[in-house]
Amino acid sequence: MNIIVCIKQVPDTNEVKIDPKTGTLIREGVPTIMNPDDKHALIEAVKIKGNNGGKVTVVSMGPPQAEEALIEALALGADEAILLCDRAFAGSDTWATANALGSAIKTIGDYDLLLFGRQAIDGDTAQVGPQVAEFLKVPQITYAQKIEVNDGKVKVERQMEEGYEVIEAKLPCLITCVAEINDIEYSSLQGIKTAYREKEVKVWSVDDAKADKSKVGLLSSPTAVKKSFTPPAKGQGQILRGTTKEIVKRIVSILKERELVGGF
Amino acid sequence: MVKVKISMQCPETQLNLGGIFLIKGNDFEDVPDLPEVQQAIENGHLDVLREKKKEVKEEKKEGEEVLVFAEQRSGKIARVVFELLGKARELADKLNVKTAAVLLVDEDNGLSKELIIYGADKVYLVESPLLKNYQTDLYSKVISDHIKKKKPQIVLYGATHIGRDLAPRIAQRINTGLTADCTGLDITEDGLLLQTRPAFGGNIMAQIICEKNRPQMSTVRLGVMKMKDKDDDRKGEVVNVKVDISEKDIMVKVLNIIKECKKRVNLEEAEIIVSGGRGLGKKENFKLVEELASLLCGEVGASRAAVDSGWIAKDHQVGQTGKTVRPKLYIAVGISGAIQHKAGMQNSDLIIAINKDPDAPIFQVADYGIVDDLFKVVPEMIEALKQ
Repeated sequence: MNIIVCIKQVPDTNEVKIDPKTGTLIREGVPTIMNPDDKHALIEAVKIKGNNGGKVTVVSMGPPQAEEALIEALALGADEAILLCDRAFAGSDTWATANALGSAIKTIGDYDLLLFGRQAIDGDTAQVGPQVAEFLKVPQITYAQKIEVNDGKVKVERQMEEGYEVIEAKLPCLITCVAEINDIEYSSLQGIKTAYREKEVKVWSVDDAKADKSKVGLLSSPTAVKKSFTPPAKGQGQILRGTTKEIVKRIVSILKERELVGGF
Repeated sequence: MVKVKISMQCPETQLNLGGIFLIKGNDFEDVPDLPEVQQAIENGHLDVLREKKKEVKEEKKEGEEVLVFAEQRSGKIARVVFELLGKARELADKLNVKTAAVLLVDEDNGLSKELIIYGADKVYLVESPLLKNYQTDLYSKVISDHIKKKKPQIVLYGATHIGRDLAPRIAQRINTGLTADCTGLDITEDGLLLQTRPAFGGNIMAQIICEKNRPQMSTVRLGVMKMKDKDDDRKGEVVNVKVDISEKDIMVKVLNIIKECKKRVNLEEAEIIVSGGRGLGKKENFKLVEELASLLCGEVGASRAAVDSGWIAKDHQVGQTGKTVRPKLYIAVGISGAIQHKAGMQNSDLIIAINKDPDAPIFQVADYGIVDDLFKVVPEMIEALKQ
């Protein structure tokens, strides 16, 4: 069972501060972490490997310092790590990122299972997983809260608004994982020692990944950020008036609108 | 509005109808439909010259439509679809094109009609027993093929579990841009779709455009766009679309759909949190918070005051010395909202606060505030949610 896990190093958005004078993001001094959903995906991969044997390869795309996240992944039990690091990749949107990661996965080849986190906390798009699946023309299952591997097939519980679906697919298959799939683990001292002494992070350029240069990077990306700004202060919200019954009715209808309660 | 003049049968030479003065012999444009005006029309004192000022409207261009994915689950249109149609209407009017919806379902059963009365000019109806429930492979094939053929300029999807599974698969297949979880959509001076979305945990807003590739596609956050009132007389066209799909196209098979609460998670990763504070008064009353949380399939949080009073364990504490959370829904029950508490929860998508003190600082960050006795509000909510 060869498993490839794609992870992203992200700024810890809980620690992000806004410069009150300029209204811009202060990036300096903001700690970076392995994206939480991706960590769940990695832990799941190591678990599946434990039951089925095989190999776990982690892949990330990012600047040189993203190596830290890959070392952490090695310490958590991944066998190999590859960092796609090349100026040509910089500024990729989700389409271009999927082309880069997809090409690298094709180049690695020989995989049974591809695991991703549901979404990254800096962008919250949840798009790269399905986009890589389409790039590779493999089946996708998003929002997985449980994975069972059996006999060349996976059986997955996929979260929905009002519960979950039970889905089956043949391998190879790409699955994106939610936090509910397992409990977060921390790297053991032994894991960290092994990561540094016996394992290494390979750095791949755009050519190593055999990616099409015209389909990665800022200029190839279909979407572009035109402007960014700090959200207007939320300000005083709305105070609901009326009888208790009326107010509660209103609240319940607001919750239904956003599908926060069952039934829509 | 009506255009009227005083009729020959009217004995008066001038009328005062609810503050509007009319003089015999003249025509009056744009007279509002006041009850007095209606009365005078019924009495025959007024002649109606024209019902409504006819809006001069150019014929809408064919093609280049604004298309909405009409997500249905168990044969019911998801509410966000109506919100999207309201927005699509607005965008289409600015672009002078039609709005369309694409509906994949086993049998129509009046769903297309519903899409029309909420704003679709056209419904592309794809009926097949294979399309009864959402399935990634079939849905992405049908919609990608449709987009390639009809070339809409904009396609909108709800940012639901289905929309966020489907839209990226399609975007990659047809090689176009996709912006996730938009909270604002508009048309720029150059006629491009301006997509606004939160990033970095809601700390900044980004405006995104897709200049060259078509269509421009977005998934849109639920409950943000305004739904238009339905218009039962609205006319639209239903186009039956034949597709070539079969079991062979299915790579992932949905074996079962189960309705139940999500599994429990830790607070930082919870989508729904109900938190209790000092206002609860005593430990036993914390049960109210727990019951509300469990009905919403959410987790239980607490303010420092509640934790310090020993009503609940420390790992439930939200705030600067507790956990920083960002759920889709945060309900603060009897929490005054000290700055340390607010720091831990103010980035939640939707905040509802219940407190009897109208000056409680929690109301500064709440989207909806309820100034009332929590012991009346919470039991009422529990009752309402049980139904």
